[in-house]
Amino acid sequence: MAKKIALLQGNEACAQGALYAGCNFFGGYPITPSTEIAEVMAGELPKIGGKFIQMEDEIGAIASIIGASLAGSKVLTASSGPGISLKQELIGYACIAEVPCVIINVMRGGPSTGMPTGPGQSDVMQARWGTHGDHAAIALCPASCQEIFTETVRAFNLAEKYRMPVQVLYDEIVGHMRERIVFPEPGELEVIDRPAPSVPPEKYKPFDTSFGDVPPLAAYGSDYRFHVTGLNKAEDGFPTTKAELVDAEERRQIRKVECPEARADIESNEEYLIDDAEVVVLAYGSTSRSARYAVNELREQGIKAGMFRPITLWPFPEKRVAQIGEQVKAIVVPEMNLGQMIFEVERVVKNSCKLAGVHRVDGDPLTPSQIIDQVKEVL
Amino acid sequence: MAYDYEKSIRPGKLPHIWCPGCGHGIVMKGLIRAMDACGLEKKNTAIVSGIGCASRMPGYLDFNTLHTAHGRAAAFATGIKMAKPEMTVICCGGDGDGAAIGGNHFIHACRRNIDMTYVLMNNYIYGMTGGQFSSSTPTGHLASTTPYGNPDPCFDLAKLAIGAGATFVARTTAFHANQIDKLIAEGIKHKGMAIIEVLDDCPTTYGRRNKFRSVVDMMKRLKEIAVPVTAAAKMTPEQLEGKTLTGVLHKEDRPEYCENYAKIIARVQGA
Ligand SMILES: Cc1ncc(C[n+]2csc(CCOP(=O)(O)OP(=O)(O)O)c2C)c(N)n1
Ligand code: SF4
Ligand SMILES: [Mg+2]
Repeated sequence: MAKKIALLQGNEACAQGALYAGCNFFGGYPITPSTEIAEVMAGELPKIGGKFIQMEDEIGAIASIIGASLAGSKVLTASSGPGISLKQELIGYACIAEVPCVIINVMRGGPSTGMPTGPGQSDVMQARWGTHGDHAAIALCPASCQEIFTETVRAFNLAEKYRMPVQVLYDEIVGHMRERIVFPEPGELEVIDRPAPSVPPEKYKPFDTSFGDVPPLAAYGSDYRFHVTGLNKAEDGFPTTKAELVDAEERRQIRKVECPEARADIESNEEYLIDDAEVVVLAYGSTSRSARYAVNELREQGIKAGMFRPITLWPFPEKRVAQIGEQVKAIVVPEMNLGQMIFEVERVVKNSCKLAGVHRVDGDPLTPSQIIDQVKEVL
Repeated sequence: MAYDYEKSIRPGKLPHIWCPGCGHGIVMKGLIRAMDACGLEKKNTAIVSGIGCASRMPGYLDFNTLHTAHGRAAAFATGIKMAKPEMTVICCGGDGDGAAIGGNHFIHACRRNIDMTYVLMNNYIYGMTGGQFSSSTPTGHLASTTPYGNPDPCFDLAKLAIGAGATFVARTTAFHANQIDKLIAEGIKHKGMAIIEVLDDCPTTYGRRNKFRSVVDMMKRLKEIAVPVTAAAKMTPEQLEGKTLTGVLHKEDRPEYCENYAKIIARVQGA
């Protein structure tokens, strides 16, 4: 049977990916350039008996999806810079209370209202650190409309599997660009649902670590009855200030994402012409499209260039980037911000190679020639 | 035989954190009796709160309970109710939580007329943080951040709820313990957003600063200022000076949010 093919905007592809993953609840608040996601969900969810709600603000939006997730729904919200700033409060709540949810951030420039209709990549560090307190983060960064679809599906899978908020970041360029999408058949992509508790209701503890670092989550309104709080809690879900319990809990919540097995599962990178490369362009999101073009051009000019593209931004692919740092003379990091991911690269490669950034924050995309110029300069 | 509260309390979770003389415990007992009177099934009931002394209540209750972030109870609760309209959803919390930081979520939940019951404990103060003024501290009263008397005007919370569109609004006080459960029960049975404001006392941070020497003094004040709506009809404006109306202040029938959404689903799926 011929596959379904469509010409979709990135934001539409995102909504379609969410529906493929089984999303049945969306809580949102309009903001450019993410609004089309809400618009598609508002139209599609009632068709499958799902729920769409436009809340009074972005804090309300993420609150509503956390509530719905605890009641057993697969949930999504979508926003952009200013709205993500508001959501930070409850991103932390979803971290500590370990509630699966997916948050789309269609990035624009900033700070504050910034340039609502211009692209940016300035929320990369916000996605890692944007809420108070120690916490782990998972953030995915697709670079094409097809990839927005598949990475949105993967975001749901990771949220459900690791019981936490997962962010998908892409910029306005990919969000509003139209590309050909080939819809995967049902069953073609893996779809993961949170594991149900295996113990009887009277034995259930919402943070029971005897099942590993990710305890099974029951649903409100089922036979299981439980308490959830944003305070540091013990395995039974009730607040505790006992030093050893708080310590164990805080460390587990980071370990569940950052242990080697989880990293191997969550990390996803694309490597392009890296094997013999002397210089590697480390680019993510739409910037990687210019980077690929630049690498091809450089190769034609006889410069051994390659590209490393993290699709999972967080956790950062530390090991692989460190290896590349040992192999090459230089790494060039183009970003539509004034330097964010480059600090993470610097932390990882230390002084093993030269490092240079290419930055642009005027609302226009980074061009291949800007990247080419920087590569030549650094070599 | 004495009423059995224990069946609704989570084993091992008492004693509670509230100070001796705090009104929140009286409200919790009222809430327990109300849920019992309505025959609520534990597994189909969610109790949601924000942050504050009042918001600690759900932790003691043996239901599905959600202690959220400061001010956000109504928004979390909206998600639960939308996801599972068959559940009974109850919010509880303080005046600062519900009407100051959470004011926006509060009024919009009222506007939607989503089927929830919100028990708002108005003790005129931010109790948990040590007695700073809230949006319901009366003008002129003393709080730790109004050492010269509160310059702010305050909300009439019941009026706020009515104005925002709640379809059942009632008020009582922590002194009128026997009315609390009846009004909450009426609110639970009401289809739509039900707000029950309970004028409450915080002897620790509000009472002692405002010349209420003892809990008894505070309770006497709650008794004195309360006038049932039915009695108020026969009173002159002079007689009503400084009084607060209690009982069911507002009740109307208006389409409920989740039912409306269910109709949209039916229409879209039928098409
Ligand atoms: C975002 C945020 N801001 C401030 C606080 C500090 N805080 C905790 S409880 C509280 C006031 C609670 O007052 P109220 O809701 O009236 O409840 P009460 O303690 O009086 O019962 C405040 C300001 C907080 N926890 N979170
Ligand atoms: S501080 Fe006030 S509100 Fe808090 S428990 Fe004590 S008396 Fe109650
Ligand atoms: Mg208060």
